[in-house]
Parts: sequence; C-alpha cells; structure tokens
Amino acid sequence: MIIENSPTILSVQGLRASINGTEILKGIDLTVRSGEIHAIMGLNGSGKSTFAKVLAGHSAYEVTGGIIQFEGKNLLELPPEERARAGLFLAFQYPIEIPGVANTQFLRLAYNTVQAQRGKEELDPLEFDDFVREKMKLLEMKPDFLDRSVNEGFSGGEKKRNEILQMALLEPKLSILDETDSGLDIDALKIVASGVNRLTNKDNATILVTHYQRLLDYIVPDFVHIMQAGRIVMTGGKELALELETRGYDWISANKQQAMAGVRA
Amino acid sequence: MSAVLQSLVNQPYKHGFVTDIESDIAPKGLNEDIIRLISAKKNEPEWLLSFRLQAYQKWLTMTEPEWQNVHYPKIDFQAISYYSAPKPKKKLASMDEVDPELLRTFEKLGVPMHERAALAGVAVDVIFDSVSVATTYKQKLAEVGIIFCSISEAVHTHPELVQKYLGTVVPVGDNYFAALNSAVFTDGSFCFIPKGVKCPMDLSTYFRINTEGSGQFERTLIIAEEGASVSYLEGCTAPRFDTNQLHAAVVELIALDNADIKYSTVQNWYAGDEKGIGGIYNFVTKRGLAKGANSRISWTQVETGSAITWKYPSCILRGDNSVGEFYSVAVTNNYQQADTGTKMIHIGKNTRSTIVSKGITAGHSNSSYRGLVRIAPTAENARNYSQCDSMLIGDQCGAHTFPYIQVHNNSATVEHEASTSKIGEDQLFYFSQRGIGAEEAVSMIINGFCKDVFQQLPMEFAVEATKLLSFKLEGSVG
Ligand SMILES: Nc1ncnc2c1ncn2[C@@H]1O[C@H](COP(=O)(O)OP(=O)(O)OP(=O)(O)O)[C@@H](O)[C@H]1O
Ligand SMILES: [Mg+2]
Repeated sequence: MIIENSPTILSVQGLRASINGTEILKGIDLTVRSGEIHAIMGLNGSGKSTFAKVLAGHSAYEVTGGIIQFEGKNLLELPPEERARAGLFLAFQYPIEIPGVANTQFLRLAYNTVQAQRGKEELDPLEFDDFVREKMKLLEMKPDFLDRSVNEGFSGGEKKRNEILQMALLEPKLSILDETDSGLDIDALKIVASGVNRLTNKDNATILVTHYQRLLDYIVPDFVHIMQAGRIVMTGGKELALELETRGYDWISANKQQAMAGVRA
Repeated sequence: MSAVLQSLVNQPYKHGFVTDIESDIAPKGLNEDIIRLISAKKNEPEWLLSFRLQAYQKWLTMTEPEWQNVHYPKIDFQAISYYSAPKPKKKLASMDEVDPELLRTFEKLGVPMHERAALAGVAVDVIFDSVSVATTYKQKLAEVGIIFCSISEAVHTHPELVQKYLGTVVPVGDNYFAALNSAVFTDGSFCFIPKGVKCPMDLSTYFRINTEGSGQFERTLIIAEEGASVSYLEGCTAPRFDTNQLHAAVVELIALDNADIKYSTVQNWYAGDEKGIGGIYNFVTKRGLAKGANSRISWTQVETGSAITWKYPSCILRGDNSVGEFYSVAVTNNYQQADTGTKMIHIGKNTRSTIVSKGITAGHSNSSYRGLVRIAPTAENARNYSQCDSMLIGDQCGAHTFPYIQVHNNSATVEHEASTSKIGEDQLFYFSQRGIGAEEAVSMIINGFCKDVFQQLPMEFAVEATKLLSFKLEGSVG
C-alpha cells in the first residue's frame, strides 16, 4: 500500500556495479517506502538478480558508483551479515544447498542472530522447534524439512518455500524476492503468495522480481519497474505489468522516454 | 580465493609457547652406544635392550620410504637427540607435586587436567616429553585389575606382559620409522584390561613435545583380554618452533576374544607457520590386532596439526566375526601435508570393516587418503564399506584419494564411495544473508561434514575436536 509520507526504507541513487570488470548495473534509481510493494520485471540478463545481490552485499560485485541508503544508514559500509541483521532479506532465485547442515539448526541460528540484534529473546532448540513448526504450517511445509540438510535435494518449489519460511522467521524490514514464483506449481504459488501477503504490513516493504503477471494477481504491487541493460527504464502502477504482458518488451524500448515520468512524479 | 576465506584459514597457532623445565638431553646422534645409554638410563632388562638393538640393526638396512604423497627435506637422523627427560625429581605422590610450570602449560592448552580428571572421570597419564611425570586414578583402576601406567614402568612392574606383547603387532622391522621407534622409544603408555573387565572410565593421555630438536618416540601398548573393553583417548599439541621435529610413534593394540578397544585421537601439533616453516613431522605406525573371535578394534582420529602427517591406523581382523573401524577427520591448512588412511586386513571369517574418512583441505595444503582393504583367501563373507569425502576450502589446495582393494575371496562384499565438495563463496553468502558470519558458517559446514566421525568420539573429546577445527579454520573476519 502507498502511504502518504511514510518513511523511506530503501533509497538507491545512481547505483553502478560490475563483476570481473564488466559493468552490469548502469545507474539505478529506486526509492522504496514503508508499506510498499514493488515489482521489478525485465528480460533475462537485464541485471535484476545482480541488483538484488548488490543490495545484499555479495562480495563478487564491485560497486563503482552511486549510493544505497537503508533506513538512513549507508548500506555500502555494512558487510552482508550486518545488512541482514538490519532487516534486509533476499529470497534467492537459486537457493544454495548446504550439505551436512541441518535445516533446523541453520534456521535457528539465523533466527537467534536476528533476535539478538533486536534485543529480543533467543530460543533454545525445543522452543524453536515449536515456533518453526507453526510457521511451516502457514506455508504447508512438512516438518521433515527441518531435519534435512539445508536445501539439499529439495525440489525447485521446495527450495522457494524454504526461502519464504526464512522470511517468515526473520520478519525483515525489506524483503527482496528474486523469482520466488518460478518453479512453483499453481497451488504452491497461492500458498506462498498468501504467506507473503500475511507478512507484508505498513511497517515493512517488499521488492518482487518476477517475469510473470500471474504472481502479481496474488501479490498486488504498488509499483512496477522495468529493468533493461542495468537500468530501470520505466516505472508504472500495477497496470504496467499487464501492459507489458500484451505488448512485450519491444514496446518498452520504444516508449522509454514517456514512461520515465513514472507514477510517483 | 576471496579475502574472507583467506583470513578465515589464516589463523595463527594458538598453542605456541615453550615451557621452561630443565631437560636432561642425550647428545645428538644415533648409534649403539646411544641405545645402550637410553636403556641404561631407564634401567631396562636385558631382553628389552636386545629388542632395541635388533630393531636398530634392521633400521640400518632399511631406507626412508618415498612412496607417500608428501615432500620434506631429508631428515638428518644424526642431528636428533634421542633422549630428553625432565630432570629426575623425587617420586610424585599426587598432582599437587607436579611442577606448577607444567600445570600452567596444560592450562594454556585449555586442558586443566586435574579438573578434567575429577569432573570427567578421566584418568590422565601425563606424558611430558618422553617421561611420565604423573599418573592419576591408578588406584581406582587397579581395584578392577586394570594396569594403566607408562610403558617404562610396566617394563619393571609387569615385564612378562610387556615382553609377551611388545612388537607382536608391529614387528621391529615393520617399516623404517617403526624400526627407529623400536630402537629408541623412550616412553609411552601401557594399558592392560584383564578378562571380562569393562574399563569404568575413558583412559586418556596428553602428549606434548617440548624440547626443541628432540625426536619423540612414543610407544603405546594396549591389551584387552577376553571379553574386556576399553576406550582410550590420545590428545596432543606442541609449542611453536622453527625447526622441524620428528615424531615417530608406534601404537599396538591387541584384542582377544570378544574384546573391544576404541582408540581416539585428537591431534593438534604445531603445523608450521603460514609460510610452511617449522612444524612437526608426524610419522606414526598404529595398528590393532583383532586377534580373538568377535573382537573389535575401532580407531577414531581428528588430525589437525603437524607439518606432515603420515599415518595409517590399521586393523588386522584375524578373529572370526571380528570388526575393524576407522573414522577420520584430517584438516590441513597453509602448507601442511597429510597422507593418511587405514588398512583393513580381513583374515577371519565374517569379518567386517568400516572406513569413514573426511579430509578438509585449505590454504596451500595437500591431503591424501590412502586406504587398503585386503580380503585374504580365508576371509569368507568378509564385508567392507568405505566412504571418503573431501572438502576443499579455497582453490590452492589439493585432495587426493588412493584406494587399494585386494580381494582374494569371492564371497566378499567391498563398497567404496567418494565425494569432493567445496565451501564456496555462494554458500558463505547464503549464510551471511541470514545474518550468520563467515566464521560461524564455516564452523557449521565443517561440523556438519565431520558429523559421522565426531559422533564416534567420547562426548568431551567431541567438544574439544569441534574447538580444534575452529582454531584451525576460523579467524577474525575482515
Ligand atoms: N561473473 C560474471 N561475469 C560476467 N558477467 C556476469 C557474471 N555474472 C553475471 N553476469 C552477467 O550479468 C548479467 C545480469 O545477470 P542477472 O543474473 O542479474 O540477470 P537477471 O536479470 O536476474 O536475469 P534472469 O531473468 O535470467 O534471472 C547477465 O548478462 C549475466 O550474464
Ligand atoms: Mg535473475
């Protein structure tokens, strides 16, 4: 929801980043306020995941210009774990497998780390077990995922659900969901979407990276941004995603200028 | 390798210090006179002197092995001093009489031994350099007929047992370093569990190399009679030195019918600095003979230290239905080298062996698993399962696997599995995106990787092992 004068959670200006000397992000501007849901769409390779990882602080990318402020703090000064503890969450497009580390152990450590940061109570393994099982019910996940190694042998959809489970546990200020809908069957999509909807409120914000309008039927964005070659070239309301679906990206290229005005302006 | 990984694996050795206790050191070099001197200093019986001399003669005819996948400058055996002992003092009646300097050393190691002994119910036979200076819990053990003392003491108090078993599992001429050890060993542990006795506590020895330039030649002999069982713990660490130190121990285990010996090691000797200077050469011969029917020999090792590790704790499964186990974690970092593994020799019927080897390789280090499974023609229905996993941290290290399988009986089942994995930057990023720092992440991944082995360790040892791995692989991130 767009709330008049709500505080800015994320402010990105002129962000440039490269990997191995190749510039991928070429000047991104984005402002996300508390309560808002933003969708970022764009062709494969346009830089959406790169943007997400740069926000989260992946060390493989070099930030060559611009500023990122997160709740007024200079995000670029913080190592990735501190960004996470400050409330920035990234649901990965390709969640990584961690053999040998039990999911429950991993989830509990993550949870307790964030709790400690917020000066809140940490949970022992038994308390955590009850707590996490409740959260799993919301996502209709079977409890056996707790004892398995983190993401190891999980199906594509199961991995995505495990990401949203972590979002539910960590209650982030800003969640970036990178193609969480890809690989989900239609039932799972509804479950995950309703999980996300339950987690969004006026005090947090969400960025959805997606290729499909379908997700946006369930999680309705306040803003839709189109990314092209490392820039946000067009910004609109939720109807922009529909427009894109019927007209395709060629239409975007032709209408960049006009669209740059955006809804906020 | 990323800066994060780099700093993680470049953690300086935390146990580098030298305790100043006056030592009584033999002149450098090896010859018959030196051997006679060692034997005389220790007031040994004639048969032991001839055992030593026979070993020495064998050694003279042998050459240093070169087949292993490790590299080091030639050892000058004449530059080593073969005897070093704290100056003889009056016999110690209790732990209070132990040199406080020595106690402080153990404290620095994080092993307050009296506390340990009392709290954990562990009898600690403290080996300092080569001579035992304190033995606790002996009384308690004696009540059930268990003998647990230094081997030099056993030579005097139970000569018939030592003479009966010494060199029966590892013959004097078994290999170059075993021959050397047999010629010059100064001390070690002796443990005898009589028929039907289950040892009421874990027996533990903390080894420590202290005098610069003095070789260490420990000799350990453990015998479990029919139906007896024992769990033995060996742990060690060493101070920081710049010259390489040779350690060539021999451990012999003998299990009679229905006996069970579990031998666990956590090894954290000085590994050399981050450039590979200094560190211990750890060339050890460890072998267990499952002599009786239904006997079991189980080796668990966590090898984190030494510049070079070269050891293959082995099981000779002679008794029918006997069981051999080998659980190993070997961690190498910087310029460490390790060539380790096991040998399972199946001779008896229905013998079974399990090998679980986990190699963690970081920095510029090199690690090899070398395992032999031999099924003799007599070993009807023998079974072996081997699993060798390697974990690489960074991209400048190497892990190698050399399985040797010799099956001479068609009824045997031999299974071998191997895997190699890597702690990748993306894994660490995943952890950090959930607020978990790199140190904790590495420790979690490593502990998960080693779980199957750590489960085999006695509880408090498992805790110590976990800490050791952290010493090895974690550092201040930044
Ligand atoms: N290590 C690298 N070296 C060079 N180019 C890279 C590297 N990593 C990523 N890229 C390139 O960066 C560009 C952006 O990739 P990114 O993953 O951000 O795209 P995306 O918009 O998320 O695409 P998709 O919709 O397929 O997920 C791609 O062209 C990709 O090939
Ligand atoms: Mg992507």
